[in-house]
Amino acid sequence: MEYKLTFKEYSEALKQKKLLGLKCKGCGTITVPPKMVCRRCASPELEVLELKGTGSIQTFTTCNVASEGREGEVPYIILLVELDEGPWLMGNLIGVDPEKATMEALMGKRVKMTETRIFPGDKYSAGEGASPTFVLET
Amino acid sequence: MRKVAVVGVGETKFSGPQERTSVELFAEAATDALAESNLKPEDIQALFLGNVLGDFSEGQGSMQAFAAENIGCFNVPANRYEGACASASMAVRDAWMWVASGFYDVVLTGGVERAATMGTPLATRTFAMFSDSRYEFPSGITFPAVFAMLAHLYSARYGVPLPRLKEQMAAVSVQSYKHGMFNPQAHLRKEVNMEAVLSSFMVSTPIQLHDCCPFSDGAAALVLATEEVARKLTSKPVFVVGTGQASNGPLANQQEYLPRLRARELSAKQAYDMAGLKPEDIDICELHDCFSIASLIAAESLGFFDYGTSGEAWVKGEADIGGRVAINPSGGLKSKGHPIGATGAGQVYEIARQLRGEVEPERQVEGAKIGLTDTLGGDGCTLVNMILQRGW
Repeated sequence: MEYKLTFKEYSEALKQKKLLGLKCKGCGTITVPPKMVCRRCASPELEVLELKGTGSIQTFTTCNVASEGREGEVPYIILLVELDEGPWLMGNLIGVDPEKATMEALMGKRVKMTETRIFPGDKYSAGEGASPTFVLET
Repeated sequence: MRKVAVVGVGETKFSGPQERTSVELFAEAATDALAESNLKPEDIQALFLGNVLGDFSEGQGSMQAFAAENIGCFNVPANRYEGACASASMAVRDAWMWVASGFYDVVLTGGVERAATMGTPLATRTFAMFSDSRYEFPSGITFPAVFAMLAHLYSARYGVPLPRLKEQMAAVSVQSYKHGMFNPQAHLRKEVNMEAVLSSFMVSTPIQLHDCCPFSDGAAALVLATEEVARKLTSKPVFVVGTGQASNGPLANQQEYLPRLRARELSAKQAYDMAGLKPEDIDICELHDCFSIASLIAAESLGFFDYGTSGEAWVKGEADIGGRVAINPSGGLKSKGHPIGATGAGQVYEIARQLRGEVEPERQVEGAKIGLTDTLGGDGCTLVNMILQRGW
């Protein structure tokens, strides 16, 4: 069966600041990042659509210890965003001082996608990867 | 299904970097388990081994075959299990299933890991492989970062102000260190007070160094047998009366279910239902405290405390020996250590010895009859629970 939206297609779009997802023709649920089937009803009847890239911060952390090869990135903020279309998505938050990333400052706050951070890849990663990247909505 | 018992257990000391190979570590634990079972290598019909990162730590794949031959279990079917930090529990559960089903009568199971030998940078990189490598690792996710995000979410979801939650999390670590002090197998044996926890290095906000378990080297092994065989080998068989296992995809896909981990709740229900037992029947629990916040989340999903209240339970001693349920009297992953491929078998090792009344008096749960293990792989990708009961 044909895979509707591959990692490669999703990542290439993300690099262009376009967040692609899948809409279930059966139950209407939006799935992102892409899968073979709807994340709720497991139907393979999906159509690709572009999401708005906006949502609210559900949780976050300022990471001070990175994996081997990524030490130069710290400190950085990782977050889980609830997109306006429903799904939660992991990404990075920029434009906020990581040292000042507190619950009061960030929890529940509105965010929108910005220029995508690219992990260039390492010897284990089979190439690069794009991280959905957000800034606070002003 | 036939009744299956743990008839013998063995475990190395869990430690920091050390020079014995994985095969050597497992051999030490396995031969102890065989000796305790009054069995010889030729009595073992199959090996079920947890090992996650042998490929990276020693350049050794297929650890199971080398481990089997090394101890004289020549040519037995040998399987290796990889379910991140729950690998050994997956191995033990499968070993149980093969004996319960009637295919084998006596098998060896357990696990081994040299996570400490890898050093923190490579260990952090390889542990991050248990998150979604395509869609979540590009963000720089690490294991502390996963549980750090769950801590903030827990604070918000249950209305526990972060400073109070931090104290509750510290109470978890302090209790684990207290018990580990008396466990000669433990990796980190030192007294650590709340002030030390709260002033330790900030790894990933709000998780500090003493909220985190260490990377450990170590091995654990168990011999499982049918009830009929077990009765001939030991006067104290420990029966596996309930098991459960469930899986889940990437962290973000668990959405509003977080900070609870759905796989744990499904797995625990399977184990309780199979055993015909309830959370209030459990005397002792070895749960997956890879981070202090993970203990709070686990204890609630296992049914010991209401959602959002387990931190207070720890502060009040309800999760300690003499409380409602004795949690991690071994010192847990925090103090006893976390050699990931061996951890779940180490939990069963602890419960079996607790039920037999054989641990150090300072941390013995007097009269314990029923124990529960809880092992978490990745950020919820694999969950395994097992319930063990005295057979005498």
